Amino acid sequence: MTDNLFGQHISQQFNAELDQLRHRVLTMGGLVEQQMIDAVKALVDGESALAESVIENDHKVNAIEVSIDEQCTQILARRQPTASDLRLIVAVIKTITDLERMGDQAEKVARIGLRLIEMERPQNDYIEIQRLGEHVQLMLREVLDAFARMDAEAALNVARKDEKIDHEYEGIMRQQVTFMMEDPRLIKRSLDIMWSIRALERIGDHSKNICEYIIYLVKGKDVRHTTLDQMKEAALGKR
Amino acid sequence: MSTQNIMTHGVDLASLGRTGQAQQPSASDICLQVNGLDLYYGDKQALNNISFDIPRACVTAFIGPSGCGKSTLLRCFNRMNDLVDNVRIEGDILLDDQDINSRAVNVVELRRRIGMVFQKPNPFPKSIFENVAYGLRIQGVKNRAVIEEAVEKALRQAALWDEVKDRLHDSALGLSGGQQQRLVIARAVAIEPEVLLLDEPASALDPISTLKIEELIFELKDRYTIVIVTHNMQQAARVSDYTAFMYMGELVEFDVTQKLFTNPKKKQTEDYITGRYG
Repeated sequence: MTDNLFGQHISQQFNAELDQLRHRVLTMGGLVEQQMIDAVKALVDGESALAESVIENDHKVNAIEVSIDEQCTQILARRQPTASDLRLIVAVIKTITDLERMGDQAEKVARIGLRLIEMERPQNDYIEIQRLGEHVQLMLREVLDAFARMDAEAALNVARKDEKIDHEYEGIMRQQVTFMMEDPRLIKRSLDIMWSIRALERIGDHSKNICEYIIYLVKGKDVRHTTLDQMKEAALGKR
Repeated sequence: MSTQNIMTHGVDLASLGRTGQAQQPSASDICLQVNGLDLYYGDKQALNNISFDIPRACVTAFIGPSGCGKSTLLRCFNRMNDLVDNVRIEGDILLDDQDINSRAVNVVELRRRIGMVFQKPNPFPKSIFENVAYGLRIQGVKNRAVIEEAVEKALRQAALWDEVKDRLHDSALGLSGGQQQRLVIARAVAIEPEVLLLDEPASALDPISTLKIEELIFELKDRYTIVIVTHNMQQAARVSDYTAFMYMGELVEFDVTQKLFTNPKKKQTEDYITGRYG
């Protein structure tokens, strides 16, 4: 399948355009991943300068989204792509929307980090946020990897992880609710912790969306709003 | 489109499955059936075991590289290959369940039921009116009022009436290429065939005339079964309901157009329509 999707066009120029497009999506993904790592680190370690730089850098993510969108429009207008080329363009347009939203969530985490710096640190040093952040970051890295390799099976395996992320998120939420009941003076900090884990959990959801676009791109089957079993069937089945 | 139209022609929610995917149209009514068709020019096999069904009142497009046999296949449907020496045909083509190659079939009658339009417009060196009336006259229609009515109807169907109604008795050769091609289509529909075969009907025309022909195909498909051969893949994607991809005399893939152009099953089809062929 991979050699088919990366097969050579008669038009070398078109080949180059599609290669560049894939490359730019991965660049955007890398930027979003870095933003997320920095935002979590800024919050957990209380580094206000790092948090400021995440907020400052969000416009780069936005700009690259607009620019990739423009490139897709150009390719649609000039090349009238079909079949896997068409699916690539559609998948890219959707993927970058999700990446941009992940960027917004990272920025949100950084802003919350700036607020938390002003408050007393909890005894566990935000270990739960750090762990959730690591898991979500791994998910994002793997989905970008699956995109780079056009690997539907890898995308399916990443999508399966979203459920674990959701469980982890719920666990932290219950823990924070307990803390708030024990000591109402902690409510302000606990709410901020909850907002930040919510943002991280959303990044997991967006990663799962991208998994669905990869399966669509590779297998031609739209698996949005289906069960994991149906997704598995589409990702592993014949085209 | 006005706001009201968007509301009334919006998505029919009932037609969508739970996941939002539209159901594929199903072809219940078959017009032409091709079963195991082989065609040889002398020793050379030009069509190899072709089998598929052409649905009625739909547009079916044949695409494929030069020499793949798509025009040869099209010409089988009204037995134009009879005119070529050394042709041997095996297998059958059924029009409404009747084998068109059987001895019982009157070829003239068959060609009345299955009309054809070629790549280059070929009007007769006669007036516009006489071009369209020609088919009726050779069928023996004499009543002037009947002929006039039929000519106007055919020219209207071919979206040419408004452009030529004031000069019906001028020579057809004075029309532009696009007008000539629509005139030829009017000539074909004047005798009310069931099937229209179009062999690259727009390849010699400018983009505007091409769009008019495509618009015309869309208008005509309610009344006629249309089979079109085209080198222009985007044209096939725009005008057809079903597409057949042919390669080296074989039918590689036949499917609903929207499926074939977004998610073809065969790698050969994929390579051809994405421009990776060769």
